[in-house]
Amino acid sequence: MENHESRLSAIWNWLDQRIGLAPAISLARKKEVPVHKHSIWYYMGGMTLFLYLVQIGTGILLLIYYRPSAEEAYESVQFLMTDVKFGWLVRSIHHWAANLMIFMAFVHLVSVLFMKAYRPPRELTWFSGVILLALALAFGFTGYLLPWNELAFFATRVGTEIVGVFPFVGDFALKIARGGTDVTGATLTRFYGVHVAILPAIGFFFLGLHLLLVQKLGMSVPPSIENSGSPKRAMKFVPDFFLRDAIGWLVAVALLVTLAAFLPAHLGVKADPFAAAPAGIKPEWYFMFMFHQLKLLPAHILGIEGELVGVMAFALGGVFLFLVPFLDRNAARGKPSPLFTWIGIAILAYILIMTWLGYTADPMG
Amino acid sequence: MSKPDRPATESRRGFVNWLLGTSAGAFVVSAFYPVARFVVPPLEAESATSSVTLPFGPAEIGTNQGKSFRFGNRPGLLVRTPSGELRAFSAECTHLSCTVQYRTDESRIWCACHNGFFDLTGTNVQGPPPRPLETYDVNVRGDQIVVGLKA
Repeated sequence: MENHESRLSAIWNWLDQRIGLAPAISLARKKEVPVHKHSIWYYMGGMTLFLYLVQIGTGILLLIYYRPSAEEAYESVQFLMTDVKFGWLVRSIHHWAANLMIFMAFVHLVSVLFMKAYRPPRELTWFSGVILLALALAFGFTGYLLPWNELAFFATRVGTEIVGVFPFVGDFALKIARGGTDVTGATLTRFYGVHVAILPAIGFFFLGLHLLLVQKLGMSVPPSIENSGSPKRAMKFVPDFFLRDAIGWLVAVALLVTLAAFLPAHLGVKADPFAAAPAGIKPEWYFMFMFHQLKLLPAHILGIEGELVGVMAFALGGVFLFLVPFLDRNAARGKPSPLFTWIGIAILAYILIMTWLGYTADPMG
Repeated sequence: MSKPDRPATESRRGFVNWLLGTSAGAFVVSAFYPVARFVVPPLEAESATSSVTLPFGPAEIGTNQGKSFRFGNRPGLLVRTPSGELRAFSAECTHLSCTVQYRTDESRIWCACHNGFFDLTGTNVQGPPPRPLETYDVNVRGDQIVVGLKA
């Protein structure tokens, strides 16, 4: 036993002399997480990160069987689901972890918004976080097409058409997005490249920045806790907070496997570019509020085509969300900013109501 | 020895820096230009289709029915109206280009994506579509249906 330990410490010393492990360890030991009644929200980012890691793992496995062409994509997924051992499990976990990751990213963002954690000096953490959410949505959008089924085909057609709605650059951007004027096999190959290479590369950069900033600046304490002067307790990140994180991740794994087993990912009907869009067509749930809003807009608003008005409004909403740290001057000065709390509540209520209406609307009009 | 000629050195250094900066800039541009062009898809041959003969005959489409067909590389929709007339449209919705279908229960053309309706002349009558569907000419020659662009 002693022999074993001394051998381990010899390896440790050898590595420490070459790459300097000691500073990293002392940094990890120093990291603390504030403890107060809103501490639960500190776990949301870590949960999102964990689900992202699950996506990387299952995504790499799916690459082994997936074939990115209009002729073979659907068949390769079908083969994966029916013939490959545990193929259904890997794909279903990828499907569910994607949905949960985006859900957790939303929860993380909303909690950060309400706790005003975007106050200086954490503006860049907020910006990188909003960019990461946009990347997550792009991951979802591009991944949705890859099985090349009917639903995905029309969702992509509508989704990319929305890009084309933008004035001046729309047509060009549409062509870049689709790899041509229509959604074809060229679009599938393009989305595949974006999904498995380009987004992960950009994602790693912003994820690295986001995590670095969180390490550098520490956890934000909400203004209400800061101002009440309540006793500032803290918890060691290693091992106390990390172990709590790990319990959450274990629960997530259990949930993913349960969902995958009882509600496996569907494949549906193979896409036919010449068939009519099926009744009841809908996008992924996180695009539902926008999809349903576009359904409700009239053909023309003040002489402008309705969808242009809708799409521009959503784009402005995104820009507004991104710029919140600069717009909320009161929070930046350490003053209460109830206006932004109410704006947050209004946006949340709008998204929830639109999503609910979208799922309860009669698909046959 | 005279004093070192500072301005001359600095202007020389400035020149070298300028040269280095512009070279680096030119390098970046020359590296990214091909990448940018690579990402833009090459021009496709423009769909030269001006008319198609449908793979089904007039007997195969009953009154108050619709059938999809290929018009070049785009979807089309042939409708036999309740009064028995054959009409052909582009099946691309003018809203966000989903493929439309004929609704027998409504005797109208319907887009499932955003719930847009078109009447039997292709006019947008309900929901978000901003423009009418493109209409084609229909000619029945014996047991063949020929659909063509409007003259």
